[in-house]
Amino acid sequence: MEQKEPIIRLEHLVKEFKTSSGTVKALEDISLDIYAGEIFGIIGLSGAGKSTLVRCINYLEVPTSGEVIFEGVPMGSLDRKGINQARRSMGMIFQQFNLLAQRNILKNVCFPMELQKTPKDQAEKRARELLEMVGLADREKAYPAQLSGGQKQRVAIARALATNPKVLLCDEATSALDPNTTKSILQLLKEINRKLGVTVIVITHEMGVIEAICDRVAIIDKSHIAEVGEVSQIFSGPKSAIGRQLIMGDTVHADFGDSKLVRITFDGRASNEPVLANLILACKVPVNIMYAATKDVNGTALGQMIIQLPKDEGESNRVMNYLATAGIPHEEVTRDDF
Amino acid sequence: MIFNAATIEMLQEGIWETLYMVVLSSAISYLIGIPLGIILVVTDKDGIRPIPILQSILGVAINLLRAIPFIILLIMVLPLTQLLVGTVVGSKAIVPPLVIAAAPYIARMVESSFKEVDAGVIEAAKSMGASTFQIVWKVLLPEAKPSLLVGAAISITTILGYSAMAGFVGGGGLGAIAINHGYYRYEVGLMLVTAAILVIIVQIIQEVMMRLSKATDRRIR
Repeated sequence: MEQKEPIIRLEHLVKEFKTSSGTVKALEDISLDIYAGEIFGIIGLSGAGKSTLVRCINYLEVPTSGEVIFEGVPMGSLDRKGINQARRSMGMIFQQFNLLAQRNILKNVCFPMELQKTPKDQAEKRARELLEMVGLADREKAYPAQLSGGQKQRVAIARALATNPKVLLCDEATSALDPNTTKSILQLLKEINRKLGVTVIVITHEMGVIEAICDRVAIIDKSHIAEVGEVSQIFSGPKSAIGRQLIMGDTVHADFGDSKLVRITFDGRASNEPVLANLILACKVPVNIMYAATKDVNGTALGQMIIQLPKDEGESNRVMNYLATAGIPHEEVTRDDF
Repeated sequence: MIFNAATIEMLQEGIWETLYMVVLSSAISYLIGIPLGIILVVTDKDGIRPIPILQSILGVAINLLRAIPFIILLIMVLPLTQLLVGTVVGSKAIVPPLVIAAAPYIARMVESSFKEVDAGVIEAAKSMGASTFQIVWKVLLPEAKPSLLVGAAISITTILGYSAMAGFVGGGGLGAIAINHGYYRYEVGLMLVTAAILVIIVQIIQEVMMRLSKATDRRIR
């Protein structure tokens, strides 16, 4: 990416919250440049401060110190009216969609235009175009309660774009959606970015979202920026511990110790399917293979395997239930049995 | 118990007087109560435009008025009633005390309806650059409408209940008939009939408001 003026520049942003148990620092010395036309990701675990960060960008949260500079103008220098004006140049979508429940879809998309007193017929025309773009042209009379989560988010996107914003802030916009819907919403965001040239800022805790659409990413950990860079670079070589954790995923630290042992008997049928892999995927529980042997007897595979279950009772019960329901012959054994 | 034409006429007049008191007092109380409820919510420390001092003062004032039993209030505000209506007897004279008792009650009902509005929706409106007035007018009021209507059913029936006490200070309406004829003259039958009419009026108000609330609520598929 060639160097140009950033559309949003964060300078030494600090946000503190006063709670009954003292002051909590949600953001500490955050400095970032976000360039026009890019899709910028901000990722972190929950509680890292990323939602606060995105709210500081449009001044829904006023930073304790530091500056948010939007198109060269410090947000802190604006009065209430100026801030409202700036917010109209920054659309925002949310995890819970936040549509007006008592307005139909068309009126929801008209809402931001109503706020800036666009004439009604003009607003409705624009709203219909936007609904067309997000693929909901035929639902304009529906109410939010009649839509699926993915459809609601499409309406929210149409609404956020109604005032022709330069920036679209997405606060965990896909976190309440299933994987397929997430994919289609991300596709839509990418399209909006490419076709309309809207700068998109994506807040998420899912690396998949960053991987799918972002050009650059900032990893936030414990109120700080752990690292910033091109997505491809960060993926190939995360420098921070949190980066490695987010990219590689959690490694399993299961406690085995002196836990339960189970003998699984392969009866020919079971040999054709990946019994153990299925079990681990279904139960989301690691197992420890202690002993395994299979033989081919007259064309059918026979054998047995002894696995050790995690110490956690809930987890080991899940495995036992799975074996029972899947009809896999098994029995509990003691250490002396093998 | 005699049910002649005179009794029936008296009951009819009672119904009209009661409806007159209730409708007029409810209308005025809502005109005062809704703005008060809005101020309570908006100026709350977590509100759209926090002014905690104003909020606390208003809260205390409302609690004070609500703490006074209606029958006492009725007598306490007699001078004010005289000033406003020019008389202290009759159905008109009961309106000022009814409003003074009901407006704070309605303010609290309205406050609680507004608090049910999803904070996320308000945040979304803010993110679109909505002013405080626009949030109140275009988000809070329409989004809280079903809940406001349910609250109105409760508030109006409460006002109806209060209006029945008018009989003690020379007011009119069904309550006065029940007290003057049923209680003072031992016409138990008449008292039961007025009570039954009051029950029917409450039922109608409740039913109409609930249906209105349901019919206009778009959260239901």
